[in-house]
Amino acid sequence: MKQGDVLLALAANFLILSLLAFGGANAVIPEMHRQAVEVRHWMSDTEFVQLFAIAQAAPGPNVMVVTLVGWRVAGLAGALVATAAMIGPSWVLTYAVFRAWDRFKNRPWCMAIQNGLAPVTVGLVASSAFLLARAADTDTVTVLLTAGTAAAAYWTRINPLWVFAVAALLGVAGLI
Amino acid sequence: MMISAVAFGGVLPWARRKLVEDRGWLSEREFLDTLALCQFLPGPNIVNLSIAVGGRFRGIPGSIAAFAGIMGLPCVIVVGLGALYTRYGQLAPVQNALLAVSAAASGMILAMAGKIAAPLFQRRPYESLPVIAAVFVAVALFRVPLIWALLVAAPASVAVSWWRRA
Repeated sequence: MKQGDVLLALAANFLILSLLAFGGANAVIPEMHRQAVEVRHWMSDTEFVQLFAIAQAAPGPNVMVVTLVGWRVAGLAGALVATAAMIGPSWVLTYAVFRAWDRFKNRPWCMAIQNGLAPVTVGLVASSAFLLARAADTDTVTVLLTAGTAAAAYWTRINPLWVFAVAALLGVAGLI
Repeated sequence: MMISAVAFGGVLPWARRKLVEDRGWLSEREFLDTLALCQFLPGPNIVNLSIAVGGRFRGIPGSIAAFAGIMGLPCVIVVGLGALYTRYGQLAPVQNALLAVSAAASGMILAMAGKIAAPLFQRRPYESLPVIAAVFVAVALFRVPLIWALLVAAPASVAVSWWRRA
């Protein structure tokens, strides 16, 4: 594909994802993965999970993974296009809605929508975890690392950066 | 406001501390309300939050400033890391480290799913469990495009929660 076509494809993908991102960036990981790895073959499964890991370990919002994917596919222009496309539509929507929010936040239909969307988000985030773990967990040690991190993050208030640092050191030391 | 908006970046608890405790821009109640709205709307939560808070104080310029503040530096850092990845990503020690961090990052997301699922299981187990399972099977196992999964699951789940509202 030519550079222009790639940028268009990135923009189209993320413009749609932006409006589907109920539950934040981690809920659209499965769709990003499907598009980038399976449909468009922009990168391998392993590359995708590694970009995700870099975005998680770096400071900043979770949505940075979008910037990285765009960057990987089409350089700096790709990073800018992907990020802008991911933020743009939801930005307009948030800006438009938040002024009216006070009026309807306690209405029954509003609560019903919130309660109804919550389990959908859980299903999507669980799918993200599954797809990422399937790409990252290549042997027993990595499976244990995923399970251990999940347990630590669920039951303690440990800063994720420490976990990532320890994991990286184990990796460099060749233990993984 | 515009300049100090640049100071806030990073994750949610951090944003709360800055906005509510350090600066006193929002009361606890206002913060939770705004956050609820941002989780209700599509889009990255923390980015929506910055847009809403910035907009509340300074209209459109404020929301742009807050957004630039929250995304600017992380964007530069992450692209820098991406460049390092392209250059050194194939070296064996780097590959090993990345593999390990990937495994840990997957665990982080798993814990996140667990944390948002826990209150649902407690309050409405019979409504939420089938939805969670159906979405997981469709999206993770059958790789159904997200838009179809949402078009089917979201209205169904919202309808159930409407009928069963207390």
